[in-house]
Amino acid sequence: MAKKLISVKVNGRVQDKAVEPRTLLIHFLREELNLTGAHIGCETSHCGACTVDVDGHSVKACTHLAVQCDGSEVLTVEGLASLAKDGGVLHAVQEGFYKEHGLQCGFCTPGMLIRAYRFLQENPSPSETEIRAGMAGNLCRCTGYQNIVKAVQYAAAKLQQTEKVTA
Amino acid sequence: MIPPAFDYHAPRSVGEALSLLGTLGSDAKLLAGGHSLLPMMKLRFAQPAHLIDLNRIPALRGIRDDGGDVVIGAMTVENELIASPLLRAKLPLLAEAAKLIADPQVRNRGTIGGDLAHGDPANDHPALAIALDATLVLEGPRGRRGVKADGFFVGPYATALADDEILVEIRVPALPNGTGWAYEKLKRKTGDWATAAAAVVLRQAGGKVTHARIALTNVGPTALRATDAEKALLGQPLSDASIAAAATAARAVTDPAADLRGDVAYKTAMAGQMVQRAIRAAAARCA
Repeated sequence: MAKKLISVKVNGRVQDKAVEPRTLLIHFLREELNLTGAHIGCETSHCGACTVDVDGHSVKACTHLAVQCDGSEVLTVEGLASLAKDGGVLHAVQEGFYKEHGLQCGFCTPGMLIRAYRFLQENPSPSETEIRAGMAGNLCRCTGYQNIVKAVQYAAAKLQQTEKVTA
Repeated sequence: MIPPAFDYHAPRSVGEALSLLGTLGSDAKLLAGGHSLLPMMKLRFAQPAHLIDLNRIPALRGIRDDGGDVVIGAMTVENELIASPLLRAKLPLLAEAAKLIADPQVRNRGTIGGDLAHGDPANDHPALAIALDATLVLEGPRGRRGVKADGFFVGPYATALADDEILVEIRVPALPNGTGWAYEKLKRKTGDWATAAAAVVLRQAGGKVTHARIALTNVGPTALRATDAEKALLGQPLSDASIAAAATAARAVTDPAADLRGDVAYKTAMAGQMVQRAIRAAAARCA
């Protein structure tokens, strides 16, 4: 099948590539752009390890065609640290997962981080219940989720504090 | 898992999409949110030579007020249903029930139209549409026609949608003030389909039930309307006895398939339970 030319802005950089229509976004990111942060987990849109941000919405890159992203802006975990508001080396959600031990094996973490980033844009000061609902599309088989919730709470507090300092 | 090769088309209007569908015929599949079709293609359950992506047709998205009806574009995604102030005001059942579908990421892609047109008896919108007496607006080469949700679903993955038609919008009568509603869904975990679910729309006047619509998810070859269950409630005060009678009548129309969610007896029983819970929840919301 004929390849299609697409132009996608990934982590702030425009990428012009020819893709097969059947190429999934996750394979485009990992194999064409060597961005291997987003993981391939279940491949059936259940686990959320492949979560990335497309045009300001969390999506599962295993169930999204690269060709559908023509003209879109994609953010992956690799682009997250550069968005740190306080100029730190880690974004607040990354710092939260580090400080609160929000990961063990780390396989689900890139998806968790990028989902947490978007979730906190959608709901900057969530309750614990809202965090659990907002992160429900990301499975972790190690942590039992408690520390992931704490990590998101840490990030929410830090983001609010940074906004106050910046404002 | 990578889907088999196909040619990709991204029309910008319904007219363009229909013309592609007319030319490509049964070699083509319409792509909405893709969260049923792409997994099926990965497993080779579907191998279309062409995909016609409806995501770049702005006219198919959005929710608008049209007199007594709310009109929902077929490509409106679940999270848009949840966030819509218009739905919260006029069709809160749809906004609330959408929260029980899949997970936050999937709800950014999954569409109401895709959920309905796929014809999967496990999908939630068919029973909701039946309970709300929705009309599905289908557009084809001969123009538009409306088909009631109650009658649209023919069998597993089979609907009244013709090969050359596209589901363009869903027209739903706004719920009159005082209407009670509920969608009770039993599921094993986030993102799972229902083991059994029931949608109920209820109105009462003078202490008696004046309107009842009851529909069931994933306990038969299609979403099911439980007409006898409705009759068990109509024209009398709601009571433990009438609710139990409605549940018995609902169980009688089910024909569930045994799977990892449970055997036939369990699913049948759970369908009855969901009906009872949904009736009670709807009654609590009746003014």
